[in-house]
Amino acid sequence: MSERALSNVPAPAIGVPQPLIDGPEKVSGRALYAADFQSPDMLVGRVLRSPVAHARILSVDVGAARAMPGVRAVVSGDDIENTYGVLPIAMNEYALAKERVRYRGEPVAAVAAVDVETAERAVRAIKVEYEPLPAYFSAAAARAEGAALLHEDKPGNIERDVHFELGDVTAGFAAADLVLERHFDNAEVCQVQSEPHATFAAWDAEREELTVRSSTQVPYYVHLMLARTLELDKAKIRVIKPYIGGGFGSRTETLNIELICGLLARAAGGTVRLVTSREETFITHRGRPETQTRLKVGMRKDGRITAVEMETVQRGGAYSAYGIVTILYAGSLIYALYDIEAVKYDGYRVLTNTPPCGAFRGHGTVNTRFAFESLIDELAQGLGLDAFAVRRANAFKEPGFTANDLWVNSYGLPECLDWVEKASGWKERKGKLGPNRGLGMACSHYISGASKPKHWTGEPHATVHIRLDFDGGLTLLTGAAEIGQGSSTVLAQCAAEVLGVDIRRLRVIASDSALTPKDNGSYSSRVTYMVGNATIEAAEKLKTILSEAAARLLKVEVSEIEAIGDSFQCARLDQAVSFAQAAAEALKGTGALTVKGTFDTLPESWGGKKYRGAAIGGTMAFSYAAQVVEVSVDPELGEVKVEKVWVAHDCGRALNPLAVEGQVQGSVWMGLGQAMSEETRFHEGLPISANMLDYRVPTIVESPPIEVGIIECADPHGPFGAKEAGEGSLAGFLPALSNAVADAVGLRIRRLPLTPEVVLEALEKGAAGADED
Amino acid sequence: MRKILNINVNGRERADVVADSLLLVDYLREVAGLTGTKIGCDGGECGACTVLVDGEPRHSCLTLAASVGGRRVETVEALAKNGRLSAIQRGFHEKLGAQCGFCTPGMVMASEGILRRSADPSEAEIRAGLAANICRCTGYVKIIEAVQAAARELRR
Repeated sequence: MSERALSNVPAPAIGVPQPLIDGPEKVSGRALYAADFQSPDMLVGRVLRSPVAHARILSVDVGAARAMPGVRAVVSGDDIENTYGVLPIAMNEYALAKERVRYRGEPVAAVAAVDVETAERAVRAIKVEYEPLPAYFSAAAARAEGAALLHEDKPGNIERDVHFELGDVTAGFAAADLVLERHFDNAEVCQVQSEPHATFAAWDAEREELTVRSSTQVPYYVHLMLARTLELDKAKIRVIKPYIGGGFGSRTETLNIELICGLLARAAGGTVRLVTSREETFITHRGRPETQTRLKVGMRKDGRITAVEMETVQRGGAYSAYGIVTILYAGSLIYALYDIEAVKYDGYRVLTNTPPCGAFRGHGTVNTRFAFESLIDELAQGLGLDAFAVRRANAFKEPGFTANDLWVNSYGLPECLDWVEKASGWKERKGKLGPNRGLGMACSHYISGASKPKHWTGEPHATVHIRLDFDGGLTLLTGAAEIGQGSSTVLAQCAAEVLGVDIRRLRVIASDSALTPKDNGSYSSRVTYMVGNATIEAAEKLKTILSEAAARLLKVEVSEIEAIGDSFQCARLDQAVSFAQAAAEALKGTGALTVKGTFDTLPESWGGKKYRGAAIGGTMAFSYAAQVVEVSVDPELGEVKVEKVWVAHDCGRALNPLAVEGQVQGSVWMGLGQAMSEETRFHEGLPISANMLDYRVPTIVESPPIEVGIIECADPHGPFGAKEAGEGSLAGFLPALSNAVADAVGLRIRRLPLTPEVVLEALEKGAAGADED
Repeated sequence: MRKILNINVNGRERADVVADSLLLVDYLREVAGLTGTKIGCDGGECGACTVLVDGEPRHSCLTLAASVGGRRVETVEALAKNGRLSAIQRGFHEKLGAQCGFCTPGMVMASEGILRRSADPSEAEIRAGLAANICRCTGYVKIIEAVQAAARELRR
């Protein structure tokens, strides 16, 4: 054994800007996304979609298509028995429609053929007879008296209505010095992740096994839904997550094309690649619903909020999908940003003949927050109070529980407020920017993972393996889906920090069901918190094993060993063994090692029981954010320009400050898209903005500088104190923008997006004194 | 109709039989196996397919393969020399100009086009040069920083 001198204390693995460990593959074109997989015998999949928004399917005739040369498989609803869906309590969708279609573009049949041209010809050769049914494209039409039902078991076309009243709302309004009630409208928006949905499925006919590579945020759900739809033993399926071109929630639930591709591969007895067009990606949808919000808030002269009453109506689309959870979040997360007691909430999730909505970054909270922060701003103005002062007056006193039993252990909102107030020059500049220029601010928050999983199996929330073999390399095996947010990087950082090794000693294998432990996937900002904690536990176990080995080599007590600088050191002896030496010693007599770490949420974080669905919102930790937006408005053109955004985000501890900044900027910018220009539009159920230009994703030209302040109010249970960074600052942008526009032109516009048409109309009405609704 | 396409892709001369209707992006991905170039939309919306044709950025999804016979096409796979990242690739990697990475090949090639025109592009030039490329992750802030960092490295 050779001894080495103590090394200098090395740079820590966390808290330092860390470029993504899979970055070189992305910038060099080597990263393989689902559509990049090819095989010589590969077939092309194409989907036949419904041309009508609501109809009974009288017949599907696939005979002519099946008989065409080059066609290897045709499947339809006749080949499926089981429904699928993201919520075990609300699966009412088929991968291919059976008996009925409920939105324009719903998949009806699909083809696998030798090339694109043949597949498209075959799709056109499928004959479907429809008997039209009444179709509803707005929540109001679907809820109207006498409307036909989309689903027989959903009376009134209501997917779920939520009602709760906590605290004394009546007394609260009576105690207020000012009560305002307003209506707010949010257009429907779509995630428009860069990569169109794609699946590459290979059926091994000899073994009757399926291997699937798919563009998903939750490979585990894809695995479950493939087993259910194909009626296959889960052990006969392998799901591999390739590189993923973003998700933003659209890929949390399993999508029909993933199941269709699996069905085609089995029917063809081969390999099928199914890549959707951008238009089909819009139709597959799962975005944020069109929302109408009626909000009433009471405020005292000192800025304290005394009572809140909110009614929310969401146009959910044709199937249950995530709807129950979305309408619950919209109500439950009124809480946990401020210290509020009395809230009455009535939420209605409505079934309509439009593509199903789903979870979109900031799930359920964004449109609520737009209404809430806009109205708070107006109340503050009405009472002659500063916007920051009002937020401070309602600060939550952590630790504690909200009135709906959400657990708040760390609360960095005051620090966020301080940072953006100073950075933006709010005190000096507010009201002094000249005509048609203004400042607005707003706050927001988000959960660090939903504390109750959708599939309550009794397993831990997260399981991580770290493997050590003769080469001294560390392989971290996780089911957590790296989708571009940097999850693999942050897990490598967590392990490297505990073990005192260079991050380059870690390689991460993420999401291959044959290799990696199951994980609940990348949704609700759960990965850093939950999988980070599991990683730390696994790394601690390995550190103990290696420290014991080092102690044996140095003939000292294990308590004297410190893992640092890629070595194991004993300060008393001024001696160290290298990582490789300790590893070799540790493997003697046992061989290759795999250690396991797990994470479970604490029961305190499971949310309450005061109303049905009160568990939604329960989390181990909330992130907090505040932002200031500066705008200029062209009153002639109605054009709003965002000059700059200052945003502060409390992520507990920035494990990777570079990625935190990137996530916060991306969140704010995605809020900007929703607030300024984005909207899915339909004509009689026909999508008419199903491309990135008509839908109006902001380009680099109209995207402002976004200055980020990282606030670190450590969470007592977070990994090294960390909590979420990828969603919480989205929602605040929308009201900060409308508040800034109000500051610039003296008009409160309560409808998004703020397109030039909307702004011009408001300016004209405002000129006529018709501001108040 | 099919014809023989003689083309230089990433420094290699190729001859392939292609249909007149074959798009350059499909030629690169399916025939040449260069899947670094991405398809993010239904034509001309997103810029993920941007490649250089004779050094100029071009949407390969709006270009027929047959129309670039005899030309020099460069894709993202061409930039790394001896496996080491080029300046613009390093900029995108180190400044986190790439999150999910799907728009990145197009962004990198469009940025490469900017840097070949201008050694010290202004922020306005960078914005103009990337106006046809959509990123859904970054809000573009770190993309601008990535291009600026690469320009600095190239000037050194």
